[in-house]
Amino acid sequence: MIDLKKADPNFKYEIIKHEGGEGLLKCFGCSDCAASCPVRYFDERYNPRKIIRLTLLGMKNEVLSSPFLWLCAHCHACTERCPQGILVAELINAIKNYAVEQGYCPEGYKTQLDLLKKMGRLYEVEDFDLKKRQKLGLPPIDKTIPEVAKIVDYTGIAKVVKK
Amino acid sequence: MKKYALFLGCTVPIRAQHYELSARNVAKELSIEFADMPKASCCGFPIKAVDAETALLIAARNISIASEMNLDVVTLCNSCTAMLSDAQKQMENDHFHKKFKTLGFSYPHEITVKHFVRVLYEDVGLDVIKKKVTKPLDSLKVIAHYGCHYMRPSYIYGFDNPEVPHTFDELVTLTGAQSVDYYDKKMCCGGSVLGIDEKLAVTMANHKLHFAKGNGADALISICPFCTVMYEDNQRKAEELFETQYGIPVLYYPQLLGLSFGLDKNAVGLRFNRVRPNELLEKIGGGA
Repeated sequence: MIDLKKADPNFKYEIIKHEGGEGLLKCFGCSDCAASCPVRYFDERYNPRKIIRLTLLGMKNEVLSSPFLWLCAHCHACTERCPQGILVAELINAIKNYAVEQGYCPEGYKTQLDLLKKMGRLYEVEDFDLKKRQKLGLPPIDKTIPEVAKIVDYTGIAKVVKK
Repeated sequence: MKKYALFLGCTVPIRAQHYELSARNVAKELSIEFADMPKASCCGFPIKAVDAETALLIAARNISIASEMNLDVVTLCNSCTAMLSDAQKQMENDHFHKKFKTLGFSYPHEITVKHFVRVLYEDVGLDVIKKKVTKPLDSLKVIAHYGCHYMRPSYIYGFDNPEVPHTFDELVTLTGAQSVDYYDKKMCCGGSVLGIDEKLAVTMANHKLHFAKGNGADALISICPFCTVMYEDNQRKAEELFETQYGIPVLYYPQLLGLSFGLDKNAVGLRFNRVRPNELLEKIGGGA
């Protein structure tokens, strides 16, 4: 049961300020996104329409603390079908980004951010990999790309995640 | 001969060298030249869910490298394609461009970003490719898996039909193999949720493996390293979870195309496919 006394009327305005969140207020709740969603096809715990509706109602805690928010595969099936032209996958991503700012970042993503900051890539390039590449006649690749850490420092996201 | 900057991303150069090898060898056959991108990093997609801006700036830095080389980018991974294409579009956004410049990046030449398969379809063309097919793989029946970010989002790509895609089927058919028309062709592999909910991800991957088996497919043809992680590396997990047997080889499209060009099985790195394609090789007569 939704208790609107707990609603935060500013929540939706926080989301529309985020990259990709701009279309939120256009949603009229038709559920085309949910009907098109391959994740929801297999697991009803994830429902983009419900997340968007709760966001519009201001149910901040319900949305941000929900583990189901992270089940969006960002496949854009919903984006293609939204009659309001909302970039739905980008909107869900904006809500994820806001959740991270509010301290709800899944551990897996924290690890990925750490790896990118440290190496500029997700997988460590070991000597074995370089030798295998050489054997196959493939050119060498950089072990680390420190420039990525500069970008991470510039946006300050690592600090936000650690908070 | 057209020259492109080849963007490898994270997974391909370390976990899918056979994809890279076969793509390079097929490109050579078609007189496509690849220039390597020095200091190219991850595309940024893995942390888009954490912060879209950081992801876009990481992608934009890679775009900057190619722009300074004055070369269009060709990618091998669907998600890299989406992320880099998004960043390329953001170059028109003043607010974004300002940050981009503050970080010391430049965009001296307008460039495009395309998946290798799209390059084959649009820039090389079916007629040219068809002339190279000297060993049609008529005996094979395969399932073509597009993957989400090959044609979606359409507001970024404007390519193929996002609801009824056909370009990849046409390319697969060129090799002589039959591209099966099957249910739920656009289904996501589940890769994006693997780190969050493994059972759900494997359930999503299973959906297509189930159709591949039901259609008697000799292989599933992929154009994305992460889709391959789901269909090949996690195939055994799907078999365990759903108490079934698949044994369906997962080939990258350039591997299939290379075989139809008459390239040796080693030139397309077939020994690196984790689900052994032995039966498939027998069917086509040993693979040159």
